Amino acid sequence: MSEVEKDEVSGTDTTGHEWDGIKELDTPMPRWWLWSWYISIVWAIGYWIVMPAWPLVSDYTKGVIGYSSRAEFHAEMSEVEAGRAHLIKALGDAELGEVKANAELYQFALSGGRSNYAVNCSQCHGSGAQGSAGFPNLNDDEWLWGGSIDDIYQTVKYGIRSDHDETRTGEMPAFIRDEILEKDQVRDVAEYVLSLSQDGRDTKAAERGKEVFAEECTACHGDDATGSTELGAPNLKDAIWFYGGDKDTIVKTISNGRANVMPSWTDRLDDTVVRQISLYIHSLGGGQ
Amino acid sequence: MVNSPIEKIDVHPVNKKENRALFAKRKKIQPKRATGDFRKLKWIIMGITLAIYYVTPWIRWDRGLGAPDQAVLIDFAHNRFYFFFIELWPQEVYYITGILIVSALALFLVTSLFGRAWCGYSCPQTVWTDLFIFVERAIEGDRNARLKLDKAGMSVSKLFKRIIKHSLWIVIGLLTGGAWVFYFADAPTFLVEVFTGEAGTVAYSTIAILTTTTYVFGGLMREQVCTYMCPWPRIQGAMIDEESLSVTYHGARGEPRGPHKKADSWDDRGHCIDCNQCVAVCPMGIDIRDGSQLECITCALCIDACDEVMEKIGLPKGLISYDTYAGREDPSPIKKLEVRFIRPRTIAYGVLLTIVGSIMLVTLLNRSILDVNVIRDRNPLYVKLADGMIRNGYTVKILNKIHETRRYQITVEGIDGSRSWLQSEGAQMSDLIVPVPGDALSSFKLFVTAPPKAIEGGSTDIKIIVKDLVSSLVEEQTTTLKGPN
Repeated sequence: MSEVEKDEVSGTDTTGHEWDGIKELDTPMPRWWLWSWYISIVWAIGYWIVMPAWPLVSDYTKGVIGYSSRAEFHAEMSEVEAGRAHLIKALGDAELGEVKANAELYQFALSGGRSNYAVNCSQCHGSGAQGSAGFPNLNDDEWLWGGSIDDIYQTVKYGIRSDHDETRTGEMPAFIRDEILEKDQVRDVAEYVLSLSQDGRDTKAAERGKEVFAEECTACHGDDATGSTELGAPNLKDAIWFYGGDKDTIVKTISNGRANVMPSWTDRLDDTVVRQISLYIHSLGGGQ
Repeated sequence: MVNSPIEKIDVHPVNKKENRALFAKRKKIQPKRATGDFRKLKWIIMGITLAIYYVTPWIRWDRGLGAPDQAVLIDFAHNRFYFFFIELWPQEVYYITGILIVSALALFLVTSLFGRAWCGYSCPQTVWTDLFIFVERAIEGDRNARLKLDKAGMSVSKLFKRIIKHSLWIVIGLLTGGAWVFYFADAPTFLVEVFTGEAGTVAYSTIAILTTTTYVFGGLMREQVCTYMCPWPRIQGAMIDEESLSVTYHGARGEPRGPHKKADSWDDRGHCIDCNQCVAVCPMGIDIRDGSQLECITCALCIDACDEVMEKIGLPKGLISYDTYAGREDPSPIKKLEVRFIRPRTIAYGVLLTIVGSIMLVTLLNRSILDVNVIRDRNPLYVKLADGMIRNGYTVKILNKIHETRRYQITVEGIDGSRSWLQSEGAQMSDLIVPVPGDALSSFKLFVTAPPKAIEGGSTDIKIIVKDLVSSLVEEQTTTLKGPN
């Protein structure tokens, strides 16, 4: 490229690049672009000095104002903590049944309860608290151990058949495995239990089952089979079945017993959190 | 060795200093003062636009108790936008989109009708640059005096003039940035806060940034903003056709140009006497006689300058005038401006503008002061209760846009044998009447139970009706009630 070609129309030099007869003009950039670039460089140097910028071997340059987004985050979080300290204290001191009357406190409890439920409880009870076989649905109005806020609090706090001294506990015996009943008797009892909530069952078998029931089951489930929240014995007359309401499952339950465990949360969660979770579960629609 | 003659090679040093100019220094433009009809029009428009900018935040508008009485207010703290009778919530941000669409279409229409009228008269860059040039002229004199001052060495009087000029520019910048912040807070209160130092960092940095940009754009960068930074000159090419108005030099009448003495004949020559007045007044530093150019903002000051000259030499005005591309080749000295304002392009823009504008207006006028949103629980979809009934949960959100507390009656329709209750503050409320504070959104948990046989096929439609007990305004939402299949 010995000669710089000039474009005839504009009088500007070309770069010598040409595509399909279209030549690129070498128009100089406006000078203020250059200034903007210089200003950016000055700004960058100032930024290195003021802000954290350069990685070192095991550290980094801190900058003269010592800014750190992590420190800012912690400062904001402790501000949040300080802001709700009075709510945490109030919730800890309150009678659980009376929290509802205080709109701000109740809102605080439900919000905290919702997120703590999701972290700690949803693995077994489901993200919508819908439960599954062996893990009770917490939305409905059937409560094995009572559905008042205090009952729920007691269950969450100390668990069911857990390793805590104050745990709730109750036993469904294994009538076949422990050779208490014969298989025929078990099937009769199952038929009787089903006849409590369903029409068209085998009435003869149910009659036979009723006698066995009166002898073996009423101690916990009650004379009328409505269960007992003291002992965690379910109501057998309603539409809700903890492990499944078909005859095979009921036979299985009677034959082998049931002893599901709900852990005690005393040592794992703060009392305020347990209170929040209890209030949240109570609010799902079935609370008593 | 043969003593051969040494030839001169035809070569130019590529990196010779003058070939190395990667960056061009801006050549300062010192526009001469123009007088005439268009200059007058520009003064008037400048007055109006500046007045709108400075006065608007101070206009009061009574909205009743509990609402700000500023006519135009962008209230970030409370997430509201007020514009006279209009009050927008964040979820109505599509109105802002609508306003932007309407503005864009209006700009398209004006451009296809009158060319770059926006650029020449009402663009803030033009208005403020005009103001800055006015100040400059008042301090340093007109074009010739300023050119002389630029060339002169530094002296006490030059330094004094420069300091006065830049100080005035910065004051204008301060007033510009200062006026901007009043759109975001109650202006009278805020004015006091700005002066007592209580206005906060955001306000002061906004003022500082706008002061700087006004000073730099209006005082130092001027035409470079239009030529290099603004996308509009590039876009407008798509709106302009041979029927659009633009500032036009009538070459057929003006050429061949040349100096003219009083006694000379006008035969066999053009009407342009090459006095360069049109170039001297141009704030963009171009020669309109070169034809339509990207840089031309159609401020029409060259028309004023040329008309003045034509009057002096006794020729008809309008050698440079607003004309269409189609009319520029007409050589007759006196011509009537003929513009086809109604053409497919303008009709299309007009119709679009009308449609979008009407939609905006209709939705704005029918804007509800009560918004209801029903979200049904999806997890779990339904709950079977001990007595065999099926329960569904809904979150009912009621948005009360009135500035006072209202009570609302919620009713559920469309399913037999159902029972509904609200769970509010943990208590069951079966009368389904809830209060919502003014200007607020409240959420309520609504439970509906129904016998399984009423839910055919596992799902049935129900209506949730919310009625304002004062105004009887009703909002209805259709949702579903689900049960086992």
